[in-house]
Amino acid sequence: MALSKHVNADRLIQESHDKRSAHQHAGKGASDQLTYSYGARYGTTPIPKFSLASKGVSADAAYRIIHDELSLDGSTVLNLASFVHTWMPEQAEKLVQENITKNLIDSDEYPATQIIHNRCVSILADMWHAPSAKQAIGTATTGSSEAVQLGGLAMKKMWQEKRKAAGKSIHEPGPNIVMGANAQVALEKFARYFDVEARLVPVSVESKYRLDPKKAMEYVDENTIGVFIILGSTYTGHYEPVKEMSDLLDEYEAKTGYSVPIHVDGASGAFVAPFATPKLPWDFKLPRVVSINTSGHKFGLSYVGVGWIVWRDKAHLPKDLIFELHYLGSVEYSFSLNFSRPAAPILAQYFNLIHLGFEGYRAVALDDLKNARLLSRALEKSGYYTVLSDIHRAVGAKDAIGIDSADVEDYEPGLPVVAFRFSDKFQKDHPDVQQKWVQTLLRAKGWIVPNYELPPNLEQIPILRVVVRENVTEVLIDRLIGDIITITEDLASKSSSEHALNMLGTHTQVSKHEHDDSRVKEGSESSGTFARPC
Amino acid sequence: MSLSRHINADEVIEKSKDHPHRKHTVHRQHHSWRRDEDSSLAPKYTMPKFGLPSKSAYQLLHDETALDGNPLLNLASFVHTWMPDDANKLIMENINKNLVDLDEYPAASIIHNRCISMLADLWKAPKEGKVIGTATAGSSEAIMLGGLAMKKRWQEARKAAGKDHYHPNIVFGANAQVALEKFARYFDVETRLVPVKPDNGFIMDPNDALQYIDENTIGVMVILGSTYTGHFEDVDLMSKLLDTLQADTGLDIPIHVDAASGGFVAPFVYPQLKWSFDIPRVVSINTSGHKFGLVYPGLGWILWRDEGFLHKDLVFELHYLGSTEYSFTLNFSKPAAPVIAQMFNFLNLGFDGYKSVATKDLRNARMLSRALESTYFEILSNIHRPIIEKTTGPLEIATHAVHNLTHNVDDPEAYEPGLPVVSFRLSSEFKKENPHVQQAWVQSMLRTKGWIVPNYNAPKGAEDIEILRVVVRETLTEDLTERLIVDILEVTESLMGSENALSVQASSKGMHQPDQEHGRPDKDNFGDGQLEGGKKQEGFARQC
Repeated sequence: MALSKHVNADRLIQESHDKRSAHQHAGKGASDQLTYSYGARYGTTPIPKFSLASKGVSADAAYRIIHDELSLDGSTVLNLASFVHTWMPEQAEKLVQENITKNLIDSDEYPATQIIHNRCVSILADMWHAPSAKQAIGTATTGSSEAVQLGGLAMKKMWQEKRKAAGKSIHEPGPNIVMGANAQVALEKFARYFDVEARLVPVSVESKYRLDPKKAMEYVDENTIGVFIILGSTYTGHYEPVKEMSDLLDEYEAKTGYSVPIHVDGASGAFVAPFATPKLPWDFKLPRVVSINTSGHKFGLSYVGVGWIVWRDKAHLPKDLIFELHYLGSVEYSFSLNFSRPAAPILAQYFNLIHLGFEGYRAVALDDLKNARLLSRALEKSGYYTVLSDIHRAVGAKDAIGIDSADVEDYEPGLPVVAFRFSDKFQKDHPDVQQKWVQTLLRAKGWIVPNYELPPNLEQIPILRVVVRENVTEVLIDRLIGDIITITEDLASKSSSEHALNMLGTHTQVSKHEHDDSRVKEGSESSGTFARPC
Repeated sequence: MSLSRHINADEVIEKSKDHPHRKHTVHRQHHSWRRDEDSSLAPKYTMPKFGLPSKSAYQLLHDETALDGNPLLNLASFVHTWMPDDANKLIMENINKNLVDLDEYPAASIIHNRCISMLADLWKAPKEGKVIGTATAGSSEAIMLGGLAMKKRWQEARKAAGKDHYHPNIVFGANAQVALEKFARYFDVETRLVPVKPDNGFIMDPNDALQYIDENTIGVMVILGSTYTGHFEDVDLMSKLLDTLQADTGLDIPIHVDAASGGFVAPFVYPQLKWSFDIPRVVSINTSGHKFGLVYPGLGWILWRDEGFLHKDLVFELHYLGSTEYSFTLNFSKPAAPVIAQMFNFLNLGFDGYKSVATKDLRNARMLSRALESTYFEILSNIHRPIIEKTTGPLEIATHAVHNLTHNVDDPEAYEPGLPVVSFRLSSEFKKENPHVQQAWVQSMLRTKGWIVPNYNAPKGAEDIEILRVVVRETLTEDLTERLIVDILEVTESLMGSENALSVQASSKGMHQPDQEHGRPDKDNFGDGQLEGGKKQEGFARQC
């Protein structure tokens, strides 16, 4: 080492210090807040809600305050309203905790994490039959919303480029996108945020509360950037017919020359269909499917915070959308709506992929479906309920009553979701009983089973919905059936207190004053879709 | 990906194995540790037919992620990497909660709303207005929402006036983080970059910005804390110039402040600085909870000064369980844990706690700046330069550190305001004496010692200048800063002799990682800005 010009580092640091710095800033006053941990001074005084307190409390006390307040949240296991997964093995939790500080975008600093991210994309591309798993392009997202918007944006840019190349206007008329009225709010959000006209295809009982491809064709024209097809409607779990839509669009292209691509919103279904019903054609096997999104945090069985989108090949991801990151001598590429994001959910996803493997995911999906069938049949046999979901019925069957078979392929494919309502007979016998009381009374027992209207056109029909996730085991289904039947019978019996409660009429919402602080009084004008929790 | 020009490492590995297709065996429960057997079964690009025990899957990933860098020594990033044990416990308890599921997790959602209120108060939102805001995944999402709101507002005004509403543009400095340009491109808004100048600290000069503004400008994005040098752009001056513009032409141009880093620094250590909602033209502000908000990655915030600035079209109703909720984010389901962690910090630290963290960060940054400045480097950041006199007009600044004065004041307000960032480059004197030394070598040599200190080009307008940058976060304590100074000096001195030059040069080229390139666009198609049919990218992305 060349010592020609050496600096004494220690002396330098000494010289560089603030001479009168407040190094010993522990000071007085700091210790008197740390005397006892439970709640510290907020045990009896109000905690700061609307502005930052000038002095903090110990970490112990801050933990205690927030921990206790959060016990007012519902139980994640009993939340049957949500598709979001809520359990992972201990080892996965350990891995998440170890990596909680890592930023996925920092690929140069965390190269191993980045490589694992890329493997996940390859595995998904392979699972969804992309022409070449190594050529397929994809990215992790925060959830399916971000993924759906990226998919829509890519289709919009492709359409714009085509129009520009043909010398046509991209503004008048503007682009449009076609989807069923049962779409999750993210799909319509894409349309509105990115200035694309949303063309919502009404759903009907005959179309099984989902997109009817023939009807959808009435909405398609030369300015259609694509069709969103939902693999697993959040209302009833029905898969939309991707193959039929694709065939109709093939015909349309042959006739008119307009090629309209398909994006499959497989938020839930893309982690169910490949395992439970591998023969079903819905993915990149159909050439018209250009992109697929899914939620790692639904049937991908990871904790909330991971979604995925994969394009069938790089030709379908316009270059305009890709940003270069010049960093530390290497160039990375980014195409997402978020930049910095946690790496832990991606590691948790990969943990599942190798821990469970194909057979493991299949076992989970089959168990979910089996439990969902149990619930469906029990509700149907009680006579009080009509089941709107079809996963317990034979493929293509018209009769309302489910079948009993050991082979999953015999049943109508769909998500492990049970959507049900009071049967016509029950409604006739007990016209005064309101279905929403089932939700309220179940909640008193801890269960969250939402009651809501079907999509526009059918909004007069309220349904109850149960999502059967991995941690809703047979014993829980057993208890749930018991509770639903008891509650229903109590509501029907004229002498019970539940019946009297029902007579109170409309369920008045308790006002939550604090809730109002950070939100608007009025939303946008009525949107075509209703938002569904998912 | 074209693999023709280099060796496919995967193929070589596959060929070199004893028996690459080892059969899967069952009864593995008896062994808690069969790492080698297990890992050989884990395929990389397809899903394994059968899985592994969770212990093996854990160990496999635990070991593989050991190849990642150490977050503590990552001085390239603004992202926070440490929280107290109690916070970790709270996060793990709530890791399976979904923030969007308001009805099921009401307590989490009330905590979210309180965070918004606290930030509104911290950023001096007007008491009479109705502040509205939301948590986001990070500042990128927040910036896009801010830009989108400005775009909608402009579109509505143009439609109402019967004018063309298809050609909006947005104005910001060339030092902007990639998210700002991304917003413009993804949402079909023209980017108007204001070039930066070295003598202005590589930030947008509000006087230069004016010439880019016209009737199609949806707004100006002002950056509080340039990621290049930590300089604050002058929000107050920009606002005054826009006031004059409005008086002259009638154009009412709003300001969005990208305070990704500065939003959690300025209120605590520069309370006199005017940059937030106390300037009426500032309609929205974003920040990153996971930077100086001191939370783990995955949290940003955006607030609008009044709900009137967020067009109703952008707000979605959620009909759910008998109540109606509203949402205006690009993500739907997202973890509640980061929001809870933010509230933990608010309670635990309070105003004084945040203030002492920022003060300490700045103190360490000053020490590093002075040490580097007195040796082989020139400092481009300003936070160690004392303000000589405070006048009522624009602050007079000292162009050179006056050592006698600097040393004895700990109050950050006695120095130039900015983020705790030290940007530096080899001094001209050093370069004259050692013309063979490339500054990029300092980065590579520091890396072998564990430190990540990036070397990169200044933004457009000054792109030939290379900068080394250190972000001084809470975890970079005085002790570590001292070690860093010693290592930087040692590395620099080792480069002064010519004999080491070749070996260093070879190592600075970076490694080829075939594995890393799967599933992503390759350079042949997207590199060099020569995108056929694509727009040329204007800014450079900066780590943040």
